[in-house]
Amino acid sequence: METVVSIKPLLASLVSLVAVIPIVMSGKRPNLREGWTFLAGVIKFGLIISMLPVILAGGTIQYNLWQVMPGLAIAFKVDGMGMLFAIVASTLWLATSAYSIGYMRSQNEHSQTRYFSFFAVALSATIGVAFAANLFTLYLFYEMLSLATYPLVTHHQDGEARASGRKYLTYILGTSIGLVLPAMLMVFHLTGTLDFSGAGILAGTTSKTVIICLLLMFVFGFAKAGIMPLQGWLPAAMVAPTPVSALLHAVAVVKVGVFSIFRVLTFIFGVELLRTLDLGGVLCVIASITILVASLIALSQDGLKRRLAFSTIGQLSYIVLGVALLSPSGLTGGLLHIAMHAFGKITLFFCAGAIFVATGKKNISEMVGIGKRMPVTMIAFLIGSMSVIGIPPTGGFISKWHLLLGTLEANRIPMLVVLLSSSLLNAAYFLPVFYRAFFCTDEESMFEAKVVEAPIWCVAPLVMTAAISVGLFFYPQPFLDLARMAVRSMGG
Amino acid sequence: MISPEQYPVLIVVIPLLSAFLISILGGMDKRFCYPATLLALGGSLAAAVATLCLVADHGIIHYRMGGWAPPFGIEYVVDYLNALVLVVVVFVAFMAAIASKVSVEEELPHKIPQFYTLFVLLTTGLLGMTITGDAFNLYVLMEIAALTNYALIAMGRKRALMASFNYVVIGTMGACFYLLGVGHLYIMTGSLNMADILNILPHLYGTNAILVAAILMLMGAWIKMAFFPMHGWLPNAYTYAPSATSSLVAPLMTKVSVYIMIRVMFSVLGAVYVFKVLPVKELIVWLATAAIIAGSLFALAQKDFKKMLTYLIVAEVGYMVGGVWLATAQGITGAILHIVNDAVMTLCLFLFAAIVVHKTKGHQLSNLQGLFKKMPITMAAFAVGALSMIGVPPTAGFFSKWYLILGGIDAGQWQFVVALLFSSLVNAVLFFRIFEIAYYEPESAQHGHGESVAIDEAPLSMLLPLVVVAITIILLGLYSGEIVTTFIQHAVPAGI
Repeated sequence: METVVSIKPLLASLVSLVAVIPIVMSGKRPNLREGWTFLAGVIKFGLIISMLPVILAGGTIQYNLWQVMPGLAIAFKVDGMGMLFAIVASTLWLATSAYSIGYMRSQNEHSQTRYFSFFAVALSATIGVAFAANLFTLYLFYEMLSLATYPLVTHHQDGEARASGRKYLTYILGTSIGLVLPAMLMVFHLTGTLDFSGAGILAGTTSKTVIICLLLMFVFGFAKAGIMPLQGWLPAAMVAPTPVSALLHAVAVVKVGVFSIFRVLTFIFGVELLRTLDLGGVLCVIASITILVASLIALSQDGLKRRLAFSTIGQLSYIVLGVALLSPSGLTGGLLHIAMHAFGKITLFFCAGAIFVATGKKNISEMVGIGKRMPVTMIAFLIGSMSVIGIPPTGGFISKWHLLLGTLEANRIPMLVVLLSSSLLNAAYFLPVFYRAFFCTDEESMFEAKVVEAPIWCVAPLVMTAAISVGLFFYPQPFLDLARMAVRSMGG
Repeated sequence: MISPEQYPVLIVVIPLLSAFLISILGGMDKRFCYPATLLALGGSLAAAVATLCLVADHGIIHYRMGGWAPPFGIEYVVDYLNALVLVVVVFVAFMAAIASKVSVEEELPHKIPQFYTLFVLLTTGLLGMTITGDAFNLYVLMEIAALTNYALIAMGRKRALMASFNYVVIGTMGACFYLLGVGHLYIMTGSLNMADILNILPHLYGTNAILVAAILMLMGAWIKMAFFPMHGWLPNAYTYAPSATSSLVAPLMTKVSVYIMIRVMFSVLGAVYVFKVLPVKELIVWLATAAIIAGSLFALAQKDFKKMLTYLIVAEVGYMVGGVWLATAQGITGAILHIVNDAVMTLCLFLFAAIVVHKTKGHQLSNLQGLFKKMPITMAAFAVGALSMIGVPPTAGFFSKWYLILGGIDAGQWQFVVALLFSSLVNAVLFFRIFEIAYYEPESAQHGHGESVAIDEAPLSMLLPLVVVAITIILLGLYSGEIVTTFIQHAVPAGI
C-alpha cells in the first residue's frame, strides 16, 4: 500500500484556524468577514478532495507535525475512514456557513464575529480528529472542539444558555478527563504507543477484565456520542442558535464522538480482539438501549429541535451498533451512516431553523398547515425524515441496508429487530410533522395560505442538502468505497 | 570578557550586589529602582541560560568559592536538575519584576526602594538555595529568602501583617528543623558538603541519628513548601501580600522547597536510603494524595480568586511530593517537570490576578465579570494558564500530569492516580466557573448591547509578561520531550 508524506492534512485542519485572524480583523464589515469564512471553507474542501484520489487508490497520506516525547507525537494520517468523515464535515461546513448568514442576520444576533470565529475553530478541530494518526492527537483535537463549541452553545448569554453551557461542559469535559484520559494513559502504559493500527494494538497485552474496563471507559468517555446515560447534554445544548445545532450537534460534535469511538474500537482494540473476547454483545446491548429509549423519548417531544436532538441520540448509536456487530457489512454500514445521517439530519435542523426564522414557531403543535406556507422547506423536511428513517430513494436507506445485512452476517437477529422497530419509531415521530404540515383543512391551518419562505440564504442550503441526500441513494460510491476500504484495513 | 566557568557564580552574585546598589540608588531617586532591578535580573537570567547550555553540552559543573576545595570550602554544583530550576527561578523573577511596575506604584507608593531591594534579595536567596552544593550554606540562603519574604508579605494591607507573622513563626520552625537535621549529619559525618555526606553516609544507614536527621530535614522542607497538613500559613500569606509580591513568591517558594526536598533525598541522603531504608514511601504518597484532594476541595470553597489560587498551590505541591515518592522513574520525571511547569503556570495565574487587582481594585471572583469583552488578550493568556492547570494538551500541565499518572500506574499507587484525575476535574470546574463569570457581562449590560463595551486592556508592562508566560506554557508543553531527554532523565537517580 502506497504511503505519501504530505503536509496537506495539516493544512486542511489549520486553514480554518488561520482564517480566524482575518475574520476577527474584518469584524466591522460583515460581508468581507463571511467572505473569509467561505474562502477558508472552499480551500479546506479543495484540500480534502485533492487527497481523495490517493486514498481511493488504496494509499494513505501521513504527516508528522511534532514529536512531543518518545511515543507521543502530534501526527496526521489520512485513511478511508478519516477521509469519509472529513468530506462530510467540510461539505456541510460550506452549507452551514451559507445558512448561518441567512439565520444570524435575519435574527439580528449579537457577537456574530465571535460566532463565526469559533465556528471556524470548531471545524479545524473536527478535521483534526478525522485525520489524527494516534490517540493523543485525536484527544488533543477532541478537547479543542469541546472548548471551541462552548461559546457557540452559550451564544445567547442568558440564564438558560448559562445552565446549558454548564451541563455541556460537565458532561463533555468531565468524561474526557475522567474516563478517556486515564484509559489513554493505561493504553500507553500497556503498549508504549498510541498509534492507530488497523489490527489494533491492545491484543495480547493484558487480561480480559482490563480490556473490558478500558472498553467501557472509552465508549462512555467520548460523551459527545451521546450514548445513554450520558446523552443529557445534547437536548440541553439545543439552546444554541440553529446553525450551531445543525452543524455541531447533528454533524461535527456528535459525529466526532462516534467517530472517536469507532476509531478506538477498531484501531486500538481491533476487530479481531473484540471478536475473540466476544465483546460485541456488550456493545450491542449498550447501543440498542440508546437506540430504542431515545426514539421513544423523541415521540413525546413537542419542541421540534428537541425531537431532532433525541432522534440524533438514537441514530448515533446505529453507528456504534455497526461496530458492535463486528461484521464487514455492519462496519461498512456504521461508517456510511456517519455520512448519510449527517446529510439527512442537517436538512432537518436547517428546516427547523427556517421555520423559526420565517414564523417564530418552535413547537410541532404550532405547525399545523405550515406546508402551505413553506412548501419548499417542508418537502425538504420530508426528504430529510425519509433519509433518517431509511426509506428509499434516500441515502439513509443505503446505510441502514448495510447495517441490516450486518446483523444477519453476525447472526444477531435481536439487533435486526431493534433496527426495524427503531425505523418504525422514527417514522412515528417524523411523519406526523409532515402530515400536520400539509394535510389539514383550511379552518385547522394556523397560517395564511400565502407562500412565505425563509430568506434565500436559509432555503438554498437546505434544498442542497436534501438533494444530496437523494443523490447519495443513486450515487453512494465515494462514501461506499471509502467505507469498504476502511473496513478492509481493519481486517474485517 | 568573562570566562564561561564564572557563569554559575554570576547567577547569584549579580542580584546579590545589585540588591545593595538598588537600595542606594533608591535613596537618591526611587525611579531608578525599577530599571536597576530589571537589569540585575536580566543579567542573572543571561548567566543562568548560559549555564544551562553549558550543562547541556558538557555535563555537571563544579564551582569552588574562592578556590577552596570541598569539603572545606563552599562548592556550587550545577547539575541537570538545578540548571533547569535556576533558569525557572530567575525567569519567573524577571517576568514578575517587569509586571510589578504598576502594582508597586499603586499599592506601595512609599516603599518602592525597599520593595525592590527585598525583591532582588529574595531572588538571590532562592537562586543560592538552588545552586549550592553545601548543606549548611543552603540553610543560610533559606533564611535570606525567608526573611525577605516575611517583609515583602507584611507590606500588604491590614491582614497581611498577621498573615506574615503566622508565616514567620511556622517558617522559622521549618528552617530550624532543617538546621537541626544538618547538625545531626555534621556530627555523624563531619562534613557539610552534600556530595561528601552522600559518600560517607552508606556506612551509617542503620543508625538512629541519620534517621532523625532525615526526618528533620524532610520535615523542614515540607513545612517550607506547605505540604498538607502543614499548609496553614500559606493561603493567607499569599492572598493578602501585595500583588507584585505574590507574583514572585507564589510560583517560586513552594517549587524551590520541592527542589530542596529532592536535593536532600537524592544528593544528601541517597535514593537507596530514602526509598529502601526509610519505611515511609507509601505513607507519603498517601499524604500527597490527601494534599491534592484537600487542596482542591478548599479551592472549590473559595469566593476570593487569589485565595482559590493559593489552595491550588497546596494541591500542586501534593502532585510533586507524591510524584517523587512514587519512587519510579516516570513519577520523578513528572515531579521535576512539574516544578518547571507549575512555576510558570502559577506565575501566569498570579500575573493575571495582579491585573485584575489593578483594574477592578479587588480579587473576589465577582470582580471578574465581563472581562472577556474588556480585556480579550489578557483573558486569552489567562485561559492558557487555566487550561494548563486543568491539563489540556498541548499546554505544559498536560505533560507533567502525563508522567505523574504513568508513574502512579507503574508504582501501582492507584489512589494517587485517582487524586490527580480528581484534581483535574476540580480544576476544570474552578476555571470554567471563572470563564463563565468573565464571559457573562455584569447585570447592567444586557443581551444585545454587548458590542458597546469598550476594550480596556491592561497596561503593556503587565500585559507583555503575561503573554510571554502564556506562550512559554505552550512551548514548554511542546518541548517537554526535549526537556526530559536533555535534562530530567539524567537527574533521575539510577537504579530505581
